[in-house]
Amino acid sequence: MVSIASDLPVSSTHPRWLIRAALLAIAYLVIPFVGTSYLFEAILLPFLALSLAGVGLNLLTGYAGQVSLGSAAFMAVGAFAAYNFNLRVEGLPLVASIVLAGFSAAAIGIVFGLPSLRLKGFYLAVSTLAAQFFVQWALTKFGWFSNNSASGVIDAPPLAIAGIGFESAAGRYLFALTIVTVLTFLTLRLVASQTGRNFIAVRDNETAARIIGVPVLRTKLLAFAISSFIIGIAGVLWAFAYLRTVEPAGFNLDRSFQVLFIIIIGGLASIRGAFFGAALIVVFPLALSRLGAFFLGDIFDSGVLDMSQRIVLGGLIILFLVLEPDGLVALWGRSVRRLGSVFGRS
Amino acid sequence: MSDFDWLFFTEVLVGGLLSGVMYSLVAIGFVLIYKTSGVLNFAQGAQLLFAALTFVSLVERDLHFVPALAITFALMVIIGIAIERAILRPLTNKPPITLFMATLGLSYVIEGAAQLLWGTQVHALDLGIEDIPFDVGGVFISQFDIFAAAVATGMVALLSIFFRYTRVGLAFRAVADDQFAALAVGLRLPWIWATVWATAGLVALVAGLLWGARLGVQFSLSLVVLKALPVLVLGGFDSVAGAIIGGLLIGAAEKLAEVYLGEYFGGGIEGWFAYVVALAFLLVRPSGLFGQKLVERV
Repeated sequence: MVSIASDLPVSSTHPRWLIRAALLAIAYLVIPFVGTSYLFEAILLPFLALSLAGVGLNLLTGYAGQVSLGSAAFMAVGAFAAYNFNLRVEGLPLVASIVLAGFSAAAIGIVFGLPSLRLKGFYLAVSTLAAQFFVQWALTKFGWFSNNSASGVIDAPPLAIAGIGFESAAGRYLFALTIVTVLTFLTLRLVASQTGRNFIAVRDNETAARIIGVPVLRTKLLAFAISSFIIGIAGVLWAFAYLRTVEPAGFNLDRSFQVLFIIIIGGLASIRGAFFGAALIVVFPLALSRLGAFFLGDIFDSGVLDMSQRIVLGGLIILFLVLEPDGLVALWGRSVRRLGSVFGRS
Repeated sequence: MSDFDWLFFTEVLVGGLLSGVMYSLVAIGFVLIYKTSGVLNFAQGAQLLFAALTFVSLVERDLHFVPALAITFALMVIIGIAIERAILRPLTNKPPITLFMATLGLSYVIEGAAQLLWGTQVHALDLGIEDIPFDVGGVFISQFDIFAAAVATGMVALLSIFFRYTRVGLAFRAVADDQFAALAVGLRLPWIWATVWATAGLVALVAGLLWGARLGVQFSLSLVVLKALPVLVLGGFDSVAGAIIGGLLIGAAEKLAEVYLGEYFGGGIEGWFAYVVALAFLLVRPSGLFGQKLVERV
């Protein structure tokens, strides 16, 4: 249903793990020391949370071919579950509540993934909107979820593992980075495994997949579960590490679309793509507001800015779909190859 | 059950059915586009907002009803043609989901443009119809609801006649049936698409005015689209009849649920109830309301 150029891990000539290790080394050893708090708070933390959400959705939409418009709902489930586990279970370590939050999101994901057994394409995409509206309604309606806080906005608990606090901006960055790294690594393994191949088989041709013995129904539900698990933890990062507050309003339909845009712009069925897409989505509005303030000065009020951001973002998505349907990843791959051939010749 | 208030039940039911007609009207805009170009046009809500906002702003600038309507319609036609040029033509033969995402982007562009152009404040829209409930055998029915339903019905009738008896309508149906065959007999696809999108613009205009008069013309008007989607799931994306009956069903079910079940859930269930109805229905009967085709369309 979706044509995707780069799917299965290709054994390339340059060792990928080397690049990954180098990136990780920079992320862990260089950035925490040179980064400013603006860099962490405004760019890196939302980037990490959204990247992880993108990885999760990409598993479902890019690999397993099930379009979901309810990502923000699963983020919300994750964030609120982590908050409640942390609040209500005495002495539960933070990591345990985060993992449990992931499982809660996975459970909700399976429930809302059930229509995928009978519906496809647009019908399924629309039905995942049910998750979006229902979850947001339930979280606002029932005070229990937000511990009966009057405003519905609650402070996230402090991040600490085994007594070590991660309260500073750099600390929260390292906390998020570690979680994203671990989950991304696991996802890369998963995609290369039999399960990952089953996802792709179901996406590309359900009937053929069934004939060669892929359990289609189970595979779809598994895709929903794993994807929601990851997106749920992304929601925890979004609320706990980035915003420091937990509130249902932040997980609205626009957020769901944002995650979807990330994987389209980045590239469907590509783990790297989620990171590319998230980087663009996070940096782009900041750059636009800077540019706007620079060129137009005072007449550029926040309302105008908001609207022009919408226009440019929408235009960008259309442009990407028309010019580069395989996303930033394809663009990146081509540039690397071109550079490689230039250097190879000389 | 002797003390069950049938009169009140009828009132709620009629109110629900009438608001269902308004859902149908939005859903028909989707169906038009889906039938002929295979696109689930998420930007329908944005178009609706754009039309209503443009109309209201023109009227507020002391333009009369008819010229304002004409200018707005002309704008919608231009937008329709622009969409065909900028999006549909470059994306021909792309998977439907790509086109859907393009319309998502489009809805952002149109929403942003509408509000950049006319501002974000709420406008009141007065169509000159007073919202006085009147009495039909003890059941109170809003006059405005009747008017809206009448307009919607007229619109549907007009579209049906247009589809059935005109050459353009025939061309629409041909394209909906088989794009390649339509091309082979010499129909100009780009022209037809532009016309279809312009027609959808007209539907958006009418729906925008009706909904705008009801809710006030503001950003949330574009969210009407979310009300129409369960109607489409229920009725099928490519069936005008499905859109009408689906709209009526959803409208009635939603109002009845809000009144009779709402208290058990603590109210506010109208945001998702329609989706649950549509899903529950499809789980029991996966071929949708009109069972001719398998829902398993990609």
